[in-house]
Amino acid sequence: MTAKYQLTLYITGQTPRSRQAIENLYHTCKAMLDGRYEITIIDVLEHPELAEEEKILATPTLIKVSPPPLRRIIGDLSDTEKVFIGLDLQLNGTFHLPQGAQKDE
Amino acid sequence: MSENTTAPIRKFKTGIPGFDDITMGGLPEGRTTLISGTAGSAKTVFAVQFLSAGIEQSGMPGVFVTFEESPQDIRQNMASFGWDIRAWEEKGLWAFVDASPQPAEDTIVAGSYDLGALLARIEYAVQKIKAQRVAVDSLGAIFTQFTEHVSVRHELFRIASALKKMGVTAVLTAERVQEYGEIARYGVEEFVADNVIILRNALDDEKRRRTIEILKFRGTAHQKGEFPFTIMPGAGIAVIPLSAIELKQSSSIIRITSGNKELDEMCGGGFFRDSIILVSGATGTGKTLTVTEFIAGGAAVGERCLLFAFEESREQLFRNATGWGVDFRKMEEEGSLKLICRYPEVAGPEDHLINMKAEIENFAPNRIAVDSLSALERIATVKGFREFVISLTSFIKHKETAGLFTSTTPSLMGGTSVTEAHISTVTDSIIMLRYVEMFGEMRRGLTVLKMRGSMHDKEIREFTIDGRGMHIGNAFKNVTGILVGNPMSIPQSEIERISTLFQNERGI
Repeated sequence: MTAKYQLTLYITGQTPRSRQAIENLYHTCKAMLDGRYEITIIDVLEHPELAEEEKILATPTLIKVSPPPLRRIIGDLSDTEKVFIGLDLQLNGTFHLPQGAQKDE
Repeated sequence: MSENTTAPIRKFKTGIPGFDDITMGGLPEGRTTLISGTAGSAKTVFAVQFLSAGIEQSGMPGVFVTFEESPQDIRQNMASFGWDIRAWEEKGLWAFVDASPQPAEDTIVAGSYDLGALLARIEYAVQKIKAQRVAVDSLGAIFTQFTEHVSVRHELFRIASALKKMGVTAVLTAERVQEYGEIARYGVEEFVADNVIILRNALDDEKRRRTIEILKFRGTAHQKGEFPFTIMPGAGIAVIPLSAIELKQSSSIIRITSGNKELDEMCGGGFFRDSIILVSGATGTGKTLTVTEFIAGGAAVGERCLLFAFEESREQLFRNATGWGVDFRKMEEEGSLKLICRYPEVAGPEDHLINMKAEIENFAPNRIAVDSLSALERIATVKGFREFVISLTSFIKHKETAGLFTSTTPSLMGGTSVTEAHISTVTDSIIMLRYVEMFGEMRRGLTVLKMRGSMHDKEIREFTIDGRGMHIGNAFKNVTGILVGNPMSIPQSEIERISTLFQNERGI
């Protein structure tokens, strides 16, 4: 129950989409994981070799390294429901992303 | 003004046999070309060969982006063509960007995304090995991996324009649903690239026929229409550049012997050294004998002869030749003859053509004989066979060697074959062998129908075959209708009447 989340987020440069993904990820983790997380952010423009190693195609891509199972979540993480499924989180009560980061379309 | 400052599009030699001829020099340099084709049309082979030809022929590094097969599968599948991708990877001549689906992993889409990471990986690989060639196989597979087609489309444009900016020459493959229909499945692929090439693998009359067509080459010339190609084990794709063949062979006035003294006389002193001779006749009229004498005649004066046999085995040919007093075995031992026997069905006409060309290049003969050309009719479509005949004859003409082909007519009496229809205009000489039925007996007749650039005997002569070969005798003076297969004897009195008919008129 207290397993620590290890998350790696791959982004391409400082685009609005990259910033959005980072913001959404931190917000979700703060609200739901209460300090039980470690986030690594990799800019594939600076480290293309790491993207090659992990065979990343789309950005942003979030990889849940642990706890198992290993899972990839692609997109700017604005679809909260999908992010929760991907991170195996249970939604209790209400959860909102910060202003301006609502789900796409 | 601007015309003077804009550099024309340069062509980039691919090294794929024949392809640089039909593209008039190769792919447009620094641009992207779409290779579209149905399943099994050799798109991946083309993409891999584009890189491997660059590596093998000019040590030019290349990046392969795969969306479909895993790098391991590609390494393994392409090994049969003699391409050691693993070794090239170790030498830094080949780099994979693996974008193939990873079945073990679960992917969830949560929001909007782009393919920025893929682009970054391609750029990284290109810079790392200093690649000049990039192959992407295949675009359609991206659409199956990512379901948001609108954004994928946009991303494809971004990747294509980034490839251009990198200055690499790239090929992108795409699937088609039908051989003749839309260029590619998703309807956008062709707009991503500057140029479009279509690979086809059409089924015609129960025979598969591969062709390549250049549909669009922005701002630069190319050959039009479909060109046959084949895939050779150990070599890969070879395109047969039909219309790229030029009529530029020189012409010789030097005569060579047909191997038969009387036939030489009928031809006005022998065949020309660089001529193509067609010998046509029904089965058993003496075509193989003509070939045997042609070769024996060459070998006797120290010429090198190459015989392609599609109907009989070596042993049969040896036995036949011995029956006519010619020792093929000895000639082979002395190196003046090379005998190649192949059953037509072992390969497609394109494969035969390429093999034959290779044999001719290797052996460098003075004389080439094919017995019989019409045996290949049954393995090819009509169009495919015509292309085969034209390619082979023009290749031989360019070598300036003498070529003697035989053609079997389907009916015993008279008639022509498909072979003759295709070959007659490219031949310099045509010799017809015919059965002549006279008073309950089958006799044989021979005539020189055509002898380009020379006087020749126009009579239909009777010939006999014995243990020393062919003996040409006198003309059938009182028979008509031999060539059409309906010989009719005319009484002597009738001949005399006709010959004096016009004299009388003039006499008045």
